[in-house]
Amino acid sequence: MTDTSPAPVRDDPGRADTAVPAIELAGVRKSYVSHGETVAAVRGVDLRIGQGEFFSLLGPSGCGKTTTMRMIAGFEEPTAGEVYLHGQSVTGVPANKRDVNMVFQSYALFPHMSVFENVAFGLRRRGVAKNEIRQRVGDILEIVDLTGREKRRPSEMSGGQQQRVALARALVNRPRALLLDEPLGALDLKLRQAMQVELKRIQREVGITFVYVTHDQGEALTMSDRIAVMNDGLVEQLGSPREIYERPATKFVAGFIGTSNLLSGTVTELSGRDAVLSYGDDGRIVVPLREDQTAGAGDALEVTVRPEKIEIVGERPAGGGSAVPATVAEVVYLGTSTNYLVTTADGTEVTVFMQNANNSDDVAERGDRVWLAWEPRHSYAIGGGANGVRGDAPKAAV
Amino acid sequence: MTGLKGRLTPYLLILPGGLWLTAFFAIPLIFMASVSLMTGNLIDGFTQTWHWQNYTDAIGTYGDKIVRSLWYGLLATAACIALAYPAAYWIAFKGGRHKSTWLFLLLLPFFVSFVLRTISWKLVLTDNGPVLGPLKSWGLLPDGFHVLDSGFAVVSGLTYNFLPFMILPIYVALERIDYRVIEAAYDLYAGRFEAFRRVVLPLSLPGVFAGVIMTFVPVTSDYVNASVLGGPGNTMIGNVIQSEYFTQSNYHTASALSFALMALLLAGIFAYARALGTKDVLEAAAR
Repeated sequence: MTDTSPAPVRDDPGRADTAVPAIELAGVRKSYVSHGETVAAVRGVDLRIGQGEFFSLLGPSGCGKTTTMRMIAGFEEPTAGEVYLHGQSVTGVPANKRDVNMVFQSYALFPHMSVFENVAFGLRRRGVAKNEIRQRVGDILEIVDLTGREKRRPSEMSGGQQQRVALARALVNRPRALLLDEPLGALDLKLRQAMQVELKRIQREVGITFVYVTHDQGEALTMSDRIAVMNDGLVEQLGSPREIYERPATKFVAGFIGTSNLLSGTVTELSGRDAVLSYGDDGRIVVPLREDQTAGAGDALEVTVRPEKIEIVGERPAGGGSAVPATVAEVVYLGTSTNYLVTTADGTEVTVFMQNANNSDDVAERGDRVWLAWEPRHSYAIGGGANGVRGDAPKAAV
Repeated sequence: MTGLKGRLTPYLLILPGGLWLTAFFAIPLIFMASVSLMTGNLIDGFTQTWHWQNYTDAIGTYGDKIVRSLWYGLLATAACIALAYPAAYWIAFKGGRHKSTWLFLLLLPFFVSFVLRTISWKLVLTDNGPVLGPLKSWGLLPDGFHVLDSGFAVVSGLTYNFLPFMILPIYVALERIDYRVIEAAYDLYAGRFEAFRRVVLPLSLPGVFAGVIMTFVPVTSDYVNASVLGGPGNTMIGNVIQSEYFTQSNYHTASALSFALMALLLAGIFAYARALGTKDVLEAAAR
């Protein structure tokens, strides 16, 4: 183990101290040299993942999420920065000496071993007594619902079963954290949904910190306590699923998580913490500014609003909300809801979901001129302030 | 699908190869088996007398050569494994983008005729040749020192000549290992040696198994190396068969020896496959 630990060494995993994060990344960077060129995969990530947390790293492929996880596991060393496991720096500690286990994307089960031997592998390497191995492997196979399959080979099992063997093989070691690299990626939709529920149940049952890497925003939203949305080697936003979905901090997050509409307008006045924008000829958008955001009259600003928050009305709505004129371009009936694709004055396409709760008739037809209305609190200004974007960024971007 | 035609397709596909093997392997084999039980000589002709004593006579006379051949075969096969495994491992895991270049370089000498290569060994290792000559004139080796005409020379030549048949299957087996499986071993607290012993080695054993069959059988029945690099004291059974057939014209003895050798090798390989070719062995190696 390393002797250069800046934080106090803690050797007792039983008495979990919530003040010490299970995993901490401080200024972690990773760059590779490929064909003589330096490529930055991770460009400075700071994260503190708490004890027993279900934490997701979410982002498109190539965003650095897998590299980040591999640095926690010990398969890659950071070019700069430090990784701490339970307050202890693990720089220079190889993967086999780190108290974290990984569930690989393709499971990476040992094809020449039975289920029992696969699961017992880590315990055997640590010299656990034979009786205890039998006991612990039996217990964990019960948790993942594979009792009675001990003698099977991985190749004789279905994808979902292999997935659970991989999970058991990692969990049986009672690691301080479990790292999961897109573990459901190879399963079909139905099995994936079942395994999402199953994973969440197992995580509650064993109480181990889960770090979950995925590019599937639905998966991350369903399962996580907190999500770090990554893009281009940086964390774009860190927050609970609700925060990330309802209040995307950046244009990227707004676009990556769910469907989002992005409208740009010019600020005409500030009303308290709300910015009022003119839109088209007679439309207007009212958007609350975060504390770290600033904007003045004449600034261009981008506003995001979720499709289900918008209402389509025939007349210009009264009151202090947003009102944007538009033309209906497409109507798609989906049973429980109807999707409207509308075009605003400057040609921006806006998607609107409307529940078919009370009226089974469509509220508008293709070609209709309508008004889009939504509450200011359902929309968010993008940029304009700290969080990596300067207040005048939108203006400069125009 | 069309019933009859569909069912006939596999048989039609096997027909050309099957005919070829029947004509040039099965029929000669049966003919040889028949010859091995004949009596007679080249001048008076051979007649089928079901003379089983040909076998006991041949084995009685040349049993020591058979034992020596099996011994040389074992030594050369073991040497092949020792040399081939590290090379195949290095190419498969450290070869990077140039894997095929390394493989090609390794196989390059084998584009030259087998006999030519063996003879060039003889030229290099001859008593006053380019290697031993200077060493002797500098007084580093005694005048009587020699490499040729020894069992060592024959086994070395056999090892060299059959090395690719060991490297290639081991390389293929190693190359097929998913690197993430090795990472999983590291992740599960295995050090480099443990990861090799529990995961890489057992997963590559099928390649070693194939390599052993592909080298041991031809090495044991080889006669070129023994006749070029060996002396009178290193004769292998292949040399005996060759001489009985082409020089002495004792067709029945040559055939009987061939069949005895074939039976031995088949029995040996079969026992070997039974002992090592099963899943249980792979699993035991991994435990």
